Amino acid sequence: MDAALIPEGAKRCSFPKFMLGIAIVGAVLLWGVYAMLLCWFKGLNQTNMNDYYGFALWIWADLAVIAVGGGAFFTGLLKYILKIDELKNIINFAVIIGFICYSSALLILAIDIGQPLRGWFIFWHANVHSMLTEVAFCLSLYFAVLTIEFIPNILENRQLNKVPFFHHLAHNMHGTMAIFAATGAFLSFFHQGSLGGVAGVLYGRPFAVREGLLIWPWTFFLFTWSAAAFGPCFTLLVTRITEAVTGKKLVKDNVVHLLAKISGWMICTYIIAKIIDTIYWATVTAPGLGFEMSHFYTNNSFYGYWILVTEVIICGVIPGILLINKTTRENHSLRLLAIILGVIGVCLNRWVMVLQVVAVPVMPFDTWALYIPSWQEVATTILPVAYGIILIAVTYRYLPVFPQERELNQSKAQES
Amino acid sequence: MFPFNFEWVWDIGHYLFFGGFWYAIGILGAGMTYCIAKAAYDTVKGSQDNHH
Amino acid sequence: MQDKKAHKFGMVIDLDKCTGCGSCTVSCMAENNIPFKEDESDKKDSITWMRVYKLTNGKSFPDTQTAYLPRPCQHCGGKGDHGHSPCVSVCPATATDYGYDTGIVSQIYTRCFGCRYCMVSCPYHARYFNWWDPVWPEGMEKYLSPNVSPRMRGVVEKCSFCYHRYQLAREQAYYNETDEIPEDAYQTACTTACPAGAIIFGDLNNPSHRVHQIVKPDPHPDPLNHDVVGKSRNPKVFRLLERLGTNPKVYYMSEKEWIRKVGDSYLDGEWDKMKNHHGSASHD
Ligand code: SF4
Ligand code: SF4
Repeated sequence: MDAALIPEGAKRCSFPKFMLGIAIVGAVLLWGVYAMLLCWFKGLNQTNMNDYYGFALWIWADLAVIAVGGGAFFTGLLKYILKIDELKNIINFAVIIGFICYSSALLILAIDIGQPLRGWFIFWHANVHSMLTEVAFCLSLYFAVLTIEFIPNILENRQLNKVPFFHHLAHNMHGTMAIFAATGAFLSFFHQGSLGGVAGVLYGRPFAVREGLLIWPWTFFLFTWSAAAFGPCFTLLVTRITEAVTGKKLVKDNVVHLLAKISGWMICTYIIAKIIDTIYWATVTAPGLGFEMSHFYTNNSFYGYWILVTEVIICGVIPGILLINKTTRENHSLRLLAIILGVIGVCLNRWVMVLQVVAVPVMPFDTWALYIPSWQEVATTILPVAYGIILIAVTYRYLPVFPQERELNQSKAQES
Repeated sequence: MFPFNFEWVWDIGHYLFFGGFWYAIGILGAGMTYCIAKAAYDTVKGSQDNHH
Repeated sequence: MQDKKAHKFGMVIDLDKCTGCGSCTVSCMAENNIPFKEDESDKKDSITWMRVYKLTNGKSFPDTQTAYLPRPCQHCGGKGDHGHSPCVSVCPATATDYGYDTGIVSQIYTRCFGCRYCMVSCPYHARYFNWWDPVWPEGMEKYLSPNVSPRMRGVVEKCSFCYHRYQLAREQAYYNETDEIPEDAYQTACTTACPAGAIIFGDLNNPSHRVHQIVKPDPHPDPLNHDVVGKSRNPKVFRLLERLGTNPKVYYMSEKEWIRKVGDSYLDGEWDKMKNHHGSASHD
């Protein structure tokens, strides 16, 4: 039915089957859209946020998708600037994942603010000293970069590519991609960092505050670094999931191993820095303000030391070691385990830097505040996931996303 | 965002921040303009070539 | 910055006088047009610019002692008292601002877009979000103050030190053809409402004002922590979370040591070392 649109030589499931899948995920999407409309029209009283939890599930989701979306800028940097050519086989997909993550982040922000129609004030009346301003500017610009990186892939659709102008445009954009990728890396460095800065500058919150370099607290660098480290894990994870769903091998092992190896080294260096940061904060920064480390992890029913151990050791040190070691890295299940742990670890880090920050009491007579999101918050947070699945399904079906797909599956067909 | 916004100050913070911002916008804008213009040129040239 | 000499409005609250009656809270709500929620039982999302906290010394009967601590916005001067308050420095849209002529931290409702970053930055929970549209019980709209604009849903608000009263006092001074604003011409609603006279308000920069005389603010940075400026030289006076370097302009006063201790965080044994420094006349 839609055969004319499907990339040449690629095998795709039947159109009705495809539409059935889309419809199921679409139902979840509609649920999210309904919750989103409730929040827009009735206001944020639809959420369980309160004056203690000004930042909650959404800001976490925002930080998390941006962190895991970091695979796009980092892979782009490796491919276009450091010229690691093998990565051309996964860059399209990394860009699509990044595009989904960043568009979701912008959407969540638009739902999260109390006066969505005034969202443009953050640009117009920018306070250049606020980390959030830096986030907003770099995030929007980087989204533009991702769109630019995505366009050539769209134009390579079989029908679109027949239009001479589109054909030339895609060709020229490929040619200038290094410039865009460099700009993207520059912007990513700043907005990933500023997201860390958002927490690090809160000198009224001893749990979050960090010393730093010039105007940037250490969390600034840790966030950029962790996004570059764990972003590729997410790219690999989604690739793996896509391979499982389509039942096809889409990217050659050497490409996967290469990206996993780079990611592993980034994770290891990051986690060393993170451990040093944590020790310094726990023994110098916080005590200097009158807080023992135990203050942040005891006397409440949820936030215990387990969260620190899980984040740093189980989901940081372990995936790092698994990925730098050649035998474990090249073992399918262990690699999968490592990338799953890595993705959990970076998401947990973002959770801690948003929600635990506001949960910890600061005034000595204040109390811990815990919070459970409302269904509207959960639905709007799942909304981007559904949207992402649909976009991946559509792009996979109609665009030549994986340059190695044909080769990998032809040889398989020949073998059998 | 612009010097006519009342909170604007000509200080180092604004130079760096908006310097970086307009620079990035400039690169992206110029890059895209080049790609589109070149694609238009290639298209016209291609179709002329075909006529020959 | 029209005034030749900048004011620095601040407050001292005598916790030994406060009975916890809540008059300050009520007067504040009436003065500043605070709307009502349909269900006010969940205090985590109802708006109380002036909130009274209950303190206890944590001991069991018969040694239990309690006290009450009214908490308005502390109008923080920020690290080093340069005006980079925790909230002002983070607001991405310049919707909350530090008045260098008054020391008052303002909130521009029509410009706030409700990102709530300022709330996260404030360790005193002085900031409140309008989760609902502002509504008042039937007929009560007629009692709203014409001097204070009500806030729309989706923006943050907080104590303004009754800034409109300052504006009225300035108008009066202009009319009287003087630059001087007498101490009693500008007083916040909570100050005037407190039946115990526990709240004292005035210009910390003006030696003739009672706040100045009680607090005796030290103009030099604290030698132990350079972020802290304006520490009181009165040993009975303290500020909330002073060690963080937020530099509040709201001071508290108590004869009781346990109350002074509860105003900040201390490591084990640290209080006994620090209390001697606390309020010491380091630069007398
Ligand atoms: S008390 Fe909170 S809201 Fe008030 S100035 Fe300080 S940080 Fe800002
Ligand atoms: S909620 Fe309003 S005042 Fe607070 S930081 Fe955001 S825009 Fe600024």
